Amino acid sequence: MKTCGVVTGIISNLVTIKFEGHVAENEICYVDLNGVKLMAEIIKVNGDSAFAQVYESTRGLRQGDKVVFDDHMLEATLGPGLLSSSYDGLQNNLATMEDVFLKRGEYTAPLDHDKLWDFTPIAKPGDKVEAASWLGEVKEGWLPHKIMVPFSFKGTYTVKSVAAAGQYKIDDTMAVLTDAKGAEVKVTMVQKWPVKVAIGGYKEKPRPYRIMQTGVRTIDTLNPIAEGGTGFIPGPFGCGKTVLQHAIAKQGDAEVIVMAACGERANEVVEIFKEFPELIDPNTGRKLIERTTIICNTSNMPVAAREASVYTAMTICEYYRAMGLKVLLLADSTSRWAQALREMSNRMEELPGADAFPVDLSSIISSFYARAGIVRLNNGATGSVTFIGTVSPAGGNLKEPVTESTKKAARCFYALNQGRADSKRYPAVDPVDSYSKYLEYPEIQEYLDDKVHKGWVEDVLRAKNYIRRGKEMAEQINILGDDGVPISYHESYWKSELIDFVILQQDAFDSIDAMCPMERQEFMLSLVLKFCDAKFDFEGFEECSKFFKELINTFRQLNYSEWKSEQFNNYLGQINNILENGNN
Amino acid sequence: MATTNAFARTYTQLQSITKATVSLRAQGVSNDELASVAGRLAQVVKIKGDIVTLQVFSGTEGIPTDAEVRFFGEAPSLKVSDELAGRFFNAYGDPIDGGPAVEGEKRFIGGPSVNPYKRQQPSQLIPTGIAGIDLNNTLVSGQKIPFFADPDQPYNQVMAQVALRADVDKIILGGMGLTNDDYLYFKQVFESAGALNKIISFVNTTDQPPVERLLIPDMVLTAAEYFAVDKNEKVLVLLTDMTLYADALCIVSNRMDQIPSKDSMPGSLYSDLAKIYEKAVQLPDGGSITIIAVTTLNDGDITHAIPDNTGYITEGQLFLRQDTDTGKVIIDPFRSLSRLKQLVIGKQTREDHSQVMNTAVRLYADAANAKTKLENGFDLSDYDQRCLEYAKEYSTRLLAIDVNIPIDQMLDTGWELFGKYFSKSETGIKQALIEKYWKD
Repeated sequence: MKTCGVVTGIISNLVTIKFEGHVAENEICYVDLNGVKLMAEIIKVNGDSAFAQVYESTRGLRQGDKVVFDDHMLEATLGPGLLSSSYDGLQNNLATMEDVFLKRGEYTAPLDHDKLWDFTPIAKPGDKVEAASWLGEVKEGWLPHKIMVPFSFKGTYTVKSVAAAGQYKIDDTMAVLTDAKGAEVKVTMVQKWPVKVAIGGYKEKPRPYRIMQTGVRTIDTLNPIAEGGTGFIPGPFGCGKTVLQHAIAKQGDAEVIVMAACGERANEVVEIFKEFPELIDPNTGRKLIERTTIICNTSNMPVAAREASVYTAMTICEYYRAMGLKVLLLADSTSRWAQALREMSNRMEELPGADAFPVDLSSIISSFYARAGIVRLNNGATGSVTFIGTVSPAGGNLKEPVTESTKKAARCFYALNQGRADSKRYPAVDPVDSYSKYLEYPEIQEYLDDKVHKGWVEDVLRAKNYIRRGKEMAEQINILGDDGVPISYHESYWKSELIDFVILQQDAFDSIDAMCPMERQEFMLSLVLKFCDAKFDFEGFEECSKFFKELINTFRQLNYSEWKSEQFNNYLGQINNILENGNN
Repeated sequence: MATTNAFARTYTQLQSITKATVSLRAQGVSNDELASVAGRLAQVVKIKGDIVTLQVFSGTEGIPTDAEVRFFGEAPSLKVSDELAGRFFNAYGDPIDGGPAVEGEKRFIGGPSVNPYKRQQPSQLIPTGIAGIDLNNTLVSGQKIPFFADPDQPYNQVMAQVALRADVDKIILGGMGLTNDDYLYFKQVFESAGALNKIISFVNTTDQPPVERLLIPDMVLTAAEYFAVDKNEKVLVLLTDMTLYADALCIVSNRMDQIPSKDSMPGSLYSDLAKIYEKAVQLPDGGSITIIAVTTLNDGDITHAIPDNTGYITEGQLFLRQDTDTGKVIIDPFRSLSRLKQLVIGKQTREDHSQVMNTAVRLYADAANAKTKLENGFDLSDYDQRCLEYAKEYSTRLLAIDVNIPIDQMLDTGWELFGKYFSKSETGIKQALIEKYWKD
């Protein structure tokens, strides 16, 4: 018998419900509006009153409307078919909705229950298994999708039988297990998991020890993100957050990508809908959409579902991680999620923290970021969830609660700079303020020594130093005037400009420059550093700026040229020539 | 808007009155439903037990505690049909042009949003003849973009100009807190352009109560959705001034004792604005809604909560600025942006568009640096001098809002200026394009 209640109060999407019986925090309930069932989640209980956030518009809801509690938290449905799908924040399949307009109370199944999947068994009868053990796999496109013992299973089970290789639907029984007491349980290809709870079922979570490539020079070269690491991109509007995130989504060196559009523009998601089925994944040569799941809760969709969307996305990522895959989660933007929390907290008349955000904002953000990570599974395989979130700080001011809380939780910080964006220096990641804590990890340094070249991290730090010095010199020149400083100041400044134009700036809309593999990044940085290390002998500052402007121009042509093509070698020859002859 | 209902429930005892809201004990009331309080239109905004709070659109001045409150049992609506075309309405959707009431299908305003999966990617360029827009910040149908302008700038004029040059089927004006003079200006411009039959206006002027404005965007967009979805038409929506709309939101939330967030705006400002702007859409069957809005700024301050939240929602912004060097009002290339321009630049325009645009702006930035040097009393290099000269010409011939030329001519003007003031390598443009377009 399910717990029931009636609506006693409504303020926007917060309803107060008088209930009889027992309810749980975060339990899902359905409010009946003339036969349309509106999904809601309990966020506070006080005596016999429950406060619930409704995931839909509450227009027309009345005092006395009936509510039925569902006895479980908000759950994600996990199984083959998640990839290439487009969901809203509650995992309703957007593609199978018929109307042009979203209908209240229309909930669609996340997975196709009729599709046949090619199953191959992995486990054998008699095997001892536990939650997240692999029982078999199906081919989800090109990806080996593991069918696992549901994460909610506790203790050890013995495999009684596993389905033979063949074609099955997701609801078919794929294995029968017996528990310690000898009771039999059936396992299908689908399982459910409460989104606000992290999926476990792995042996350990070591420190990240390898790099996740993005093809974006200012990230990979200067401030690399580790596989299983966390990073965030704060920046005022118009600084290129979305373009940068899309670049990472297109080029990121991951097997599965989940994009959570959380309270952002619908047209940006449409871009993904339209482009990803066309674009090729540079790492596998397959269509990008084949490795992508889109969670789309745009800014005009109900606020409460916006909060759920990031959790739904993370749960799907953890599910694929348990298969030993490399997963990348991109969430745009976590500020909208925080604002959704603020709206609810406000309606519940809680005492506000800074900028009217709830006081526990910081802990909510950090426990979410903590769900990322590289893990060693029980069977020895590794899987990872790398998480990059964007933050939209109010007024572009980084001293606001969401940015500050996120800074405590994330290990990479890619600050977008308004000044750089204004002068069209894209990506506008500030080279001085941004950082990657992973560069300090000995295991990452070792990895880079091995994969790039010995002493790579020192090279990177040297480049950063040139940038920093160049910035100081630029300030001096601005204060004292072109004539008021030694020529060496100009030289330092122009060396930093060289790094800026050649390494930091990258044309996301140019077919060649957009994606820069690590091999090419190494080549370019080494070449640029040769110029930075070289000593020049300029007569005056005008000669210096002229020399570097021409050099930068040739380098830019090099960036636009196909790797090792004739055109590339041609420009490279010109550059080497300049290097040999200096400014003479 | 319907104001009669035979089954209306009536109450006559108010519990509390604020400047914008009244509360009373009532039963069976539904959220968002309309009511009349002493003959004034009101809407349910909060239900707590049997205490219902109503927001009274025209203000509560003179409302007595025994005022008659009648509930209508439904949310605000608008009657839609082709008869809307050419008409002027107030915030409630009642005609203010002396014409008859519009007959048509009743639609509730503030309806659901389009399934993002059903949207099409905006792809149709909207040319305006203004280079600050077409060259640097190209507009695309289905886009939403505001003008950021100080109150003394001619934003309504520019917007009217853009609207009349745009190739669309319907133009729907939502005037919020328009001065009577501006209202008459729009009316006169539309009339003299002979375009009245494709224009619909919903207007709340400054002499009307501010809270009424809250209805305007939803009225406008309900009409827009009728033409775009039912009739597959290209609709251009003009909203002016969204800052005054947000001010009205602020008044209501304040009267309801909500905790304010930044700049005393309600915490839900982002969602409230997004609900409006996200109605901009390119539909699968050819219809589209494009929104051009105005957000007035306080002395160019874009960090204020209203422009700030707007910037995060809209697909760019057009920033009007007085250029003191040339005396012209220009569209500031640094602070302006059209996020959708990449969808049409070089695809529906010439191949050199992207590089000409970026190079021109970068050189303009160099000129700004040179100007700072000059102001600080330093000598200028030859390059600096050329930048400054270039900036003046770029501002007058391309950035100024009084420019009206086709896009190819804007690009040619760009090349002409590059050739006049700079060497090829100083522009840093791709070699292939230089060879094809460079003008000495």
